[in-house]
Amino acid sequence: MIRDITLGQYYSVDSPIHRRDPRIKILSVVMYIAALFIVENFIGFVMAAAALGLAVAVSKVPIGFIMRGLKPIIFILIFTFSINIFMINGRVLWKLGFLEVTDNGLYTAAFMSVRLILLIIGTSLLTFTTTPIKLTDGMERLLYPLSKIGVPTHEIAMMMSISLRFIPTLMEETDKIIKAQQARGADFESGNLIARAKSLVPILVPLFVSAFRIALDLAMAMEARCYSGGKNRTRMNGMKINSGDLIFMAANILFFAATITLRIWR
Amino acid sequence: MSIQVRNLSHVYNKGLAAEQKALDNINFDIYDGEVVGIIGHTGSGKSTLLQHLNGLIKADCGNIIIDGKDITKQGISMRDIRRRVGLVFQYPEYQLFEETVAKDVAFGPKNLGLSEAEVESRVREALEMVRIDYDEYGQRSPFELSGGQKRRVAIAGVIAMKPQVLILDEPTAGLDPGAHKDILNLIKDVHERQNNIIILVSHNMEDVANLSDKVMVMDRGKLIMVGTPQEIFSRRDRLEAIALNVPPVTEMMYEVKERGIEIDTSPLNIKSAEDVIYNYLKRIEMNR
Repeated sequence: MIRDITLGQYYSVDSPIHRRDPRIKILSVVMYIAALFIVENFIGFVMAAAALGLAVAVSKVPIGFIMRGLKPIIFILIFTFSINIFMINGRVLWKLGFLEVTDNGLYTAAFMSVRLILLIIGTSLLTFTTTPIKLTDGMERLLYPLSKIGVPTHEIAMMMSISLRFIPTLMEETDKIIKAQQARGADFESGNLIARAKSLVPILVPLFVSAFRIALDLAMAMEARCYSGGKNRTRMNGMKINSGDLIFMAANILFFAATITLRIWR
Repeated sequence: MSIQVRNLSHVYNKGLAAEQKALDNINFDIYDGEVVGIIGHTGSGKSTLLQHLNGLIKADCGNIIIDGKDITKQGISMRDIRRRVGLVFQYPEYQLFEETVAKDVAFGPKNLGLSEAEVESRVREALEMVRIDYDEYGQRSPFELSGGQKRRVAIAGVIAMKPQVLILDEPTAGLDPGAHKDILNLIKDVHERQNNIIILVSHNMEDVANLSDKVMVMDRGKLIMVGTPQEIFSRRDRLEAIALNVPPVTEMMYEVKERGIEIDTSPLNIKSAEDVIYNYLKRIEMNR
């Protein structure tokens, strides 16, 4: 069911990855994403997968939980895979009517899919191991220089954390509404495209109403506790970089440097 | 019309760390025309059980037989089940979506494939049953109504499908005393007029005691007691052990008894408590 989607959720255990400073983790993920787009050969992908595998193992987030996060992107994966495998020119391996599978196509398709999977797992590992609050704090600190030129960094960070926080809530709400309408005999599976699109109205309207209600309640609760934006706001637990963070960062830089070297050297 | 549930079990998050037995080997029978109250602590599996009864959740194992048909079997028409078993969720007003009250109530009957005229007459009937004036409110937006009115419109949306089994999950949660009473009266009314099976989940022991013919008590996925309200609420200690209690009046009788007065603790409502106390005082007066 819809609540099985784990993308963007926090998985609460204690692990060395969970304890890392959020800024370090965000920077690492950015570097990892960049690295994924730099590598272009087999060794590179093995290295990237191994690095991520190590991080996942250390993070104590169960593999099953991570794999469930991939479920919603299966369609995109299959789509990119088939586009790539048929559309790229090269030495023809198989031929099926007008569809040609070439060696280059196969490579590109495989690399693209692996890249996508690693991308999703890598970024979701960040949200699995970092609470939304820490994530926002980290984001805010990283964006801090921009606030000097008038970018409302605190507000952006707050908006981000609120959206992250409410993904599971809205999922649950959707699940409930779908069931309630099914209980009233609603049918989402049959009929043509227009009938199906129409059948979404009984879900979307209550969902939007709920979203607005939740937003109003939240705004009220924030105001009741005197929230007035980022000005003069201090932190209860300031972020401090410790030696563990430095080691983690150093490992990441090393990995990043290795991928660049690999690309240039080849 | 009857419901038989046999060896019903359901596990959430199977195979994961968060695996949880939501229902554990549930067995019970509900007979024609009964009003059944289900009580249990939050997370005891009440809602999961209800959703099994109209096929929203598939059973992991066990059978649910409604009117002689096993709905856990393959190839059973869900539409047919949902026509027979109407489920009113918690806070049903959050499922309202149409432009007008009348259209919203018509959503269910329309999905059953009824004729235009039949839908119209059912909408009128259902709204009348929940005491919402069709002519005044029928063409208004449901979002303009008060909380209690919205709740009644949402319940009308299920009643209009004329289910043979009407299930209500905490229908009075979050309502003010007036609206609370309205909903209870409405449930009684519907039961009298349609003579269907009613299954009611509530945290209000007084309501359960006054409405039900039969009470089922759930605890951590298990059905631990089934009986008449009298039987169930005579076991106060057992109920307290699973964080439930008896109706306030009954609680009072128990406490009076604990202070050393030999008094009958069976009354579940004010009227019968009054009789017991009156008779007790009368006896003392006569002996004086």
